[in-house]
Amino acid sequence: MIEQTAATIKAQELYANWGLTTAEYQRIQELLGRLPNFTETGLFAAMWSEHCAYKNSKPLLKQFPTSGQRILQGPGEGAGIIDIGDGQAVVFKAESHNHPTAVEPYQGAATGVGGIIRDIFSMGAQPVALLDSLRFGELDDPHTRFLLKETIAGIGGYGNCIGIPTVGGELAFDDAYAANPVMNAMCVGVLDTAMQQKGQATGAGNLIYYVGAKTGRDGIQGAIFASAEFNDQVEADRSAVQVGDPFMEKQLMDACLELIREHPEAVVGIQDMGAAGLVSSSAEMGAKAGYGMVLDLDAVPQREAGMIPYELMLSESQERMLICVAKEQAAVVEQLFAGYDLAAVKIGTVTATKQYQLFAHGQLVADVPITALVDDAPVYHRPQAVPQRLLAADPQQYRPEFTDAGRVLQRLLQQPTIASKQALYRTYDTQVKTNTVVAPGSDAAVIRLRGGRKALAMTTDGNGRYLYLNPEIGGQIAVCEAARNIVASGGTPLGITDCLNFGSPEEPESFYELAQATKGMSAACRALATPVISGNVSLYNESNGQAIYPTPMVGMVGLINDLDLITTQDFKHSGDTIFLVGATHADFNGSEIQKMLTGTISGALFDFDLTTELANQQLVQQAIQAGLVNSAHDLAEGGLAVGLAESCFGHELGAQITIDLPASWLFAETQSRFIVTVPAAKVAEFTKLAGALAQSIGKVIAAPELIIATATAQINLDVSASKQQWEAVLA
Amino acid sequence: MKFAVIQFPGSNCDQDLVAALRDVCQQDVQLISYQSTDLSAFAAVLLPGGFSYGDYLRGGAIARFAPIMGAVQQFAAAGGLVIGICNGFQILTEAGLLPGVLQRNKGADFICQSAALTVANAKTSFTSAYADQQSIQLPIAHGEGNYYCDDATLAQLKAEQRIVFTYQDNPNGSRANIAGITNQAGNVLGMMPHPERAVEALLGSEDGRGLFQSMIQTLTDKVVPV
Repeated sequence: MIEQTAATIKAQELYANWGLTTAEYQRIQELLGRLPNFTETGLFAAMWSEHCAYKNSKPLLKQFPTSGQRILQGPGEGAGIIDIGDGQAVVFKAESHNHPTAVEPYQGAATGVGGIIRDIFSMGAQPVALLDSLRFGELDDPHTRFLLKETIAGIGGYGNCIGIPTVGGELAFDDAYAANPVMNAMCVGVLDTAMQQKGQATGAGNLIYYVGAKTGRDGIQGAIFASAEFNDQVEADRSAVQVGDPFMEKQLMDACLELIREHPEAVVGIQDMGAAGLVSSSAEMGAKAGYGMVLDLDAVPQREAGMIPYELMLSESQERMLICVAKEQAAVVEQLFAGYDLAAVKIGTVTATKQYQLFAHGQLVADVPITALVDDAPVYHRPQAVPQRLLAADPQQYRPEFTDAGRVLQRLLQQPTIASKQALYRTYDTQVKTNTVVAPGSDAAVIRLRGGRKALAMTTDGNGRYLYLNPEIGGQIAVCEAARNIVASGGTPLGITDCLNFGSPEEPESFYELAQATKGMSAACRALATPVISGNVSLYNESNGQAIYPTPMVGMVGLINDLDLITTQDFKHSGDTIFLVGATHADFNGSEIQKMLTGTISGALFDFDLTTELANQQLVQQAIQAGLVNSAHDLAEGGLAVGLAESCFGHELGAQITIDLPASWLFAETQSRFIVTVPAAKVAEFTKLAGALAQSIGKVIAAPELIIATATAQINLDVSASKQQWEAVLA
Repeated sequence: MKFAVIQFPGSNCDQDLVAALRDVCQQDVQLISYQSTDLSAFAAVLLPGGFSYGDYLRGGAIARFAPIMGAVQQFAAAGGLVIGICNGFQILTEAGLLPGVLQRNKGADFICQSAALTVANAKTSFTSAYADQQSIQLPIAHGEGNYYCDDATLAQLKAEQRIVFTYQDNPNGSRANIAGITNQAGNVLGMMPHPERAVEALLGSEDGRGLFQSMIQTLTDKVVPV
C-alpha cells in the first residue's frame, strides 16, 4: 500500500475510495485547520463510517427507550447490563456480520461470534450463552446451501472450541436474502455487579496496554466495507474479512476476567478491538473519558513485516483487547498475561490534552483532536419516501384455497423456515458449562444461574416479511414475538438488544423502512417495558441495488424467578386440556402459507394491537406462575396447525382438536396467540383466570396422531411420520 | 481424598467436572495447571474435555507434551485412578496411556446429543455402581470421537474386558461401537461421552453419577485398610 500525500488525496479525491464524501472531507479539513495526511484520512474514514458513527441512524435510534429501574448500562458501551438482583446482572448484545459472511461464510460467522463474546467479557461478565439469527436465500439454490453449511460450521467451530454453549437463535429462508445473507450473533453473560467495567481511558499518565493476538493485514477497512453496498466486485473484498482463532480468544477471555476479578485496581478501562480495530477502541476509550492519548505504533505486536500506520490502526485482526492500566500496575498485568502465553504490551499513555497522537519510527504520523474522530462525525437526517409497494398494497387479506388441509399442513411443516433445525443445532455444543436447561428447539433457550433458583430465558426474533409489508407494525411484532417466546418459557422479559439489518439509508424508501421499523420497535418496547440496552446497525444490505427485506433482529433476555417455572412447548401428558390464548382472524398477508401457495408475499399486513398482545402475555405469565400450565408455545409462522404439530413432536404425543373456524384459518398468522396445556385438576382455575382470552380447543392424546376437526374440514396427521419429514428437510 | 482436574490451555469442561465432583458428589477437588509437575497429593486425576491447544494439529496431540503429563504417567504407573473425558480421552491415547486413536467422526460433523450407552463392563473401578449391560444416557459433544484400533488391539481389548462403554446407536463410526476403554491394569479410563454433564435431573440425565460414585467407592475401599 502506497501512502499518498495529503495534496494528492485531495486533488484526486482518493478519500472517496474510503467512503468519505467531499463534504465530509472538507469538514475534516476544517476540524484540523489543514489537510489530513494519509493516515489521518484513513482514521476519519473508519471512525466516520456508519458502522462506527451511526451517522445515518442516530436520529432514529434516539426514539428507543433505553432506561429503566433495572438498567445498569444502556447503549454506548461494549454491551448493555440489566440488574437481576442478588448482586448479579445479565449482560448482552448482538452484532451483525452480514458482509463478511456473504464473502467468506466460515470465517465471517466465526469472527461474528468471537467479536460479540469480547464485547461481553469486556464488561467484566462471564459469557454463558450464544445465539445466532440467520437469513439465507431459498434452500434449493446451491450457493445458499454452501453459505448455510459454512456459516453453521463457523458458528460451531468458534463456540464449541471456546466453550460457550450455542443455545438458540433462528433461521429463515427467502429469496430476498440470496445475495446478502444475514448473520447476527448474540452473546449473553452474567456479571457480578461489583466487577462492572467500562471502555474508558481516564487519568493522565495511565498506560494503554495491547493484549492478545498480533496485528496482521486481515480485515483492514472492515468497518468501511460493512458500510457500503455489495456489487459484483465483492470477491475482490475478500481481504476485508478477518480470520478467527477461538483458542486464542479463550486464553484472552480467561486472562481478562482473571485480571478484572483478581486485580480490579489495575484496570481503569477495557474495550474490545472490534470494528475499525485499534483506532476505534483507543479513540473511543479516550474520548468517552475526556482525555487524549499518545500511541507508539512500533510497540504494537505485528504478525507481518512492513505494516504502515494506516494498516496497523485499521486492521481488524481478531482476539485483541485494549486495556487502560493504572500506571503503577504494569507489572501485575504483564505477569498475568504471560501466564496465559499472551502478549501484553504497553503501546501508549493517556494524556490530558484531548489530542490523539500516533508515533511511528519516531515520527508523529497522526495528530488530531480525539473528539473530532469520535464525536464530530456528521449526522444526517436522510430524506424518506413511502415505497411504492406500500402505497399500492391491496388492503384485502389473501385467501388461501386448497382441497386437502392435511396435505397443506404436511407441506408447511417441510418449508425450510418452519422445518426442524435440529440437524444444524446438533453440530453446536449446546451443553458445555452444564447450565443449559432448555436447549435449542423450544420457544426460548433457558440457562440456569448457579447457586440459586433463578434462570435466564433468551431468544432472537424478527420476521422480515411482515416488515416488508408494513415496517412499523412489523417492527412492533418483532419485539412482541420475542417477548412471547420468553413468556412461554416462564420468564419475565427484561430488555432487548437489536441488529437493524436494512438497505442503504441513502435510498429514501429504505430509510423510510428503517424509520418506521424503529418507530414500531420503540412503541412495543415501551408497551412491554423492555428497554433497548445495546445493539448495532447494519445498513447497505444490498446487492446490485436490490435490498433485503427490512430485518430487525430482536434479541431478548428474560428472568425466570424459580427453576420450577421453566416451561417448554412440548405436550407432556395425555388428557391435558389444550387452550388457545388469543383470537384468530383471517390474517394471511406475509404468511408462510401465502409464500408457499403463491411463491411470494403481498398485500397490506394484517392488524396488530399492542394492548391485546400485552393482555395475552400477562395471562400466560400468570398461569405459569400459578403452576397451572404443563406446556406453552407461541404461535408464529404457519399458525395454529403448525404450532400444534410442533408441540406434538417433542414427546410424540397426539392431540384431538375441535375448533369452529374455516380450515384455512388454521394457517393464519394472527399475532398475540399461544397454545397452553393444562392438567385436568387445574382446568377450572385456568378457565377462571383466562376469562374470554382463551378457549378450550381439545385434549392431548397418547396416540401419535394430530386430529383437527374444523367447520369445513378434518385433518389427521401422523405425528411420527410428519416429525421424520419435518426433521429431514435440513438434515 | 482429593481429586485433581487438569487444566490445559483450551480445556473447557474443567469447571463442569469440578461442579459435578464438588457440588453434586460433595468431594474435595482442585484445578491443577498443565504447568504443574506434581500430583502426589491426589487420589484421582481427571483430564477434562475441551479443545486443548485449540485441537490444532489433532485433538490431544500437543497437550501430551504439557509438563503435567510426566506426572500423569507416573500417577498412572503407580496404579492411581486416571480418567480422560472427551478431549481428555484423546490426550490419553496420544500419550500412549490407552491404545488406539480418535479419528474425525464418520460424517465429519461435530455431534452434540444424548447417546444411549451400554455399560459393557461393570466390574471396573469406574463402573462398579452400574449393573453389567445397564443402559444409560450420557451426552456426547465431539468432532473427533471415532475410535479406531487395529485387529490385534481390538481382540485384546475384548479378551481383557477393557471395553467399558459401547454406543447402542453408533453416532461417530467408532470401531466395535466403543465409547470408553481402560488400560490393561484397569486404573486408566478414557471415554468420549460426558458423565459430568449428566449428574442433575434438571439438565436431563443423572446417569453420569454412577461413574463418580464408582470412583469414590473404589478410593474409599482402598483408603480404609491403610
